[in-house]
Amino acid sequence: MATSATSPAAIPPTSPGTSSATRRAQMRSALQAAGMLPVLILLAIGFHLAGGHRFLTAQNLSIVAQQASINIVLATGMTFVILTGGIDLSVGSILAASAMVALMTSLSATVAWLAIPACLGAGLLIGLGNGALIAWAGLPPFIVTLGSLTAVRGLARLLGEDKTIFNADLSFAWIGNDGLHVLPGVVLPWLAIIALAVVLAAWYVLRRTVLGVRIYAVGGNMSAARLAGINVGLVLMFVYGVSGLLAGLGGVMSSARLYAANGLQLGQSYELDAIAAVILGGTSFVGGIGSIWGTLIGGLIIAVLSNGLILMGVSDIWQFIVKGLVIIGAVALDRLRQKGNART
Amino acid sequence: MRGISKSFPGIKALSDVALIAHAGEILALMGENGAGKSTLMKILSGAYRADPGGEIMVAGQPISIQGPRDARDAGIAIIYQELALAPNLTVAENIHLGNEPMLVGGRLDRSEMRESCRPVLERLGAPFGPDTLVATLSIAEQQMVEIARALFRKARILVLDEPTTALSSRETDRLFALVRQLRSEGIALIYISHRMAEIYELADRVSVLRDGQYVGTLEREEITSDALVRMMVGRDMSSFYMKSHDDAGARGEPVLSVDGLTDGGRRVHPCSFTLHAGEVLGLAGLVGAGRTELARLVFGADPARGGSMTLKGQPFAPAGPADAIASGVVYLTEDRKALGLFLDMTCQTNIVLDVIERDAGFLGRLNLRRAGERARNAFGAMRVRAAGTAVNVGSLSGGNQQKVLLSRLLESGPAVLILDEPTRGVDVGAKSEIYRIIDSLAKKGMAILMISSELPEIIGVCDRVLVMREGRIAGEVGGPGEPAPTQHAIMTLAAADAAA
Repeated sequence: MATSATSPAAIPPTSPGTSSATRRAQMRSALQAAGMLPVLILLAIGFHLAGGHRFLTAQNLSIVAQQASINIVLATGMTFVILTGGIDLSVGSILAASAMVALMTSLSATVAWLAIPACLGAGLLIGLGNGALIAWAGLPPFIVTLGSLTAVRGLARLLGEDKTIFNADLSFAWIGNDGLHVLPGVVLPWLAIIALAVVLAAWYVLRRTVLGVRIYAVGGNMSAARLAGINVGLVLMFVYGVSGLLAGLGGVMSSARLYAANGLQLGQSYELDAIAAVILGGTSFVGGIGSIWGTLIGGLIIAVLSNGLILMGVSDIWQFIVKGLVIIGAVALDRLRQKGNART
Repeated sequence: MRGISKSFPGIKALSDVALIAHAGEILALMGENGAGKSTLMKILSGAYRADPGGEIMVAGQPISIQGPRDARDAGIAIIYQELALAPNLTVAENIHLGNEPMLVGGRLDRSEMRESCRPVLERLGAPFGPDTLVATLSIAEQQMVEIARALFRKARILVLDEPTTALSSRETDRLFALVRQLRSEGIALIYISHRMAEIYELADRVSVLRDGQYVGTLEREEITSDALVRMMVGRDMSSFYMKSHDDAGARGEPVLSVDGLTDGGRRVHPCSFTLHAGEVLGLAGLVGAGRTELARLVFGADPARGGSMTLKGQPFAPAGPADAIASGVVYLTEDRKALGLFLDMTCQTNIVLDVIERDAGFLGRLNLRRAGERARNAFGAMRVRAAGTAVNVGSLSGGNQQKVLLSRLLESGPAVLILDEPTRGVDVGAKSEIYRIIDSLAKKGMAILMISSELPEIIGVCDRVLVMREGRIAGEVGGPGEPAPTQHAIMTLAAADAAA
């Protein structure tokens, strides 16, 4: 009974709804942008404390950056694809095949300088193949890229006759093993710089160009995009092409690091780490929602987890288990957030 | 049923409706689109729950319908226009669906399943057996499977929701014979239809709904076309509508001429009309008459299979929506959430989407400053009520969402605006604002084609009305030198039987 007396006063005045709605919207978008950043920071601090203060050192962080970079490049391509509501399972295989192309070209006497363009071109070509099947033949992305996951892996093995190709004098090996000496003792690995540049370029395309708006539009509502006169097929071609191109870039990066490529082992299950990074970054599997910064953080979380668990001496069996659980937890979070995003 | 009400957020869909169906009788239920027929039937079937206060009685016993299972237990079965069968299963499997006979250990009793539905199929004179795959049956035969399923579950009340829309005339005759047979077996039938001829032929009584209210019931001998139309549309027109643009006398030049446009006879038979500058041309008709399909052909969203169009004197054959938009023809979809808006994107992006390419700089660099201006101007012109242009459009009310979508179409500066149910799901206040916007656009010389199922709206807003029926333009009312359109004239054209 006592509560009923207060209820009339509790009714809010007529229209501050607008300002509180803005604030709520701002909060929500800030939360989405920040997303997993606190998790990343907490993980880093946790590993530092639990791992005998070896984690947060310039040297180790540079290793983490290097380890994260290839996955972040793949995950950037994956972000484009998942934003349209699709998926690209073939990036690991494309990486292997294009690395084979890079190594084989680098060993030729006449066209060795073409190694990097050939590698990128191979990735782009396979990606466009995926895109064509999805956009023009209308096949489901999962099935198309599942098929090319297998077929392109076979192609990679075929290229090197199922052997590892070495090149001890690989002309672009500096990409994988050198860095920018920013301060005495502090080296920024070229791999990390490339990954960062890719992320920045992706941000520009997604947020500052017409194409970016159309990618979000296609993922957000494909039928409405069609009716709005957007060439949906072209957008899909673009995202799968980019994913392939960046997988090719991943091929350059990993062959540069290893001076070698192997069609069977290179890039095995890389697609899963890339998808995990995108999902951890808060990009919705349904499409239309997500950001490249989230993917960057997601990729870093995966690298920090691997590196930190190794520092702590956790066996690699447990590393698998922990990483898997983290991914499931992140998807659960994604669901929660979507539920919070009330639509009318 | 007595005192049935149903409210949706913002709308009262049904208020205090009563309906009595007797065993061994065919009760026809009529009403305009949106009169509440479907809502009432969904309450009866348990798909919706009625507001507290009403009561439903079956055979003198009050029953409570909380969900589909309650309705089924009470012997109520509904056969919707869209059939609810699993096409990949057999007839017997569909009839038993959700209620499969089991052997010990949970194994499916296939022979029992097959044999138990044979009698009911024979009773209906079905030309197929229990093992036939549903996907191989015609629509009429699939309907028969649904009826068989209802009878198999001992239904005493059978609702048929526009069962003849997809049937040929011979199939319709067969269905009528079946309906009469069920009547003689003592089943109460509720028959929903728009077609007068069917009502004459079948109905023992007709009940009419209008705007969610029960209007009345006619006995068999009282049923006339005039009486029904009057009951269905007879309401006063408010001064809600705004028409300050020139109508009759001085309309502008022809802008869009459509000549024999068709999709090959699937949903749209050859249609011809001319749309003038500064005119609001209504496109009326019942649901399923082919109005949206015709609009989509004009917009290039579906490929035309015949006919031609001229736009401002030039041949116009859009290869797709992009083409139509570039030529100055835009289309406001009837389903703004599924086909119009990008709910997870901001109002600003939604508004400028059609013109971002035009505004963009080198290599498609977005002109965010220009986009912001456009969005703010549109918010002002349309009086969109939202926290700001950066808010996601999905968080706005229906009326404001519609204004955002309309803004997007207008940004490209179209010559022809096609509006498909522009006030659907929009509250009353926003409705009159949308009418005001349509009026001012016509005054500025835009050529507007407006599809609407609400007759008062069509009459209040449009200068001239085309009426479609079964994929054809059945006639035209209003226009210069003609008497103003009336609801009666439109309904007569829209609902008249093809033979009449």
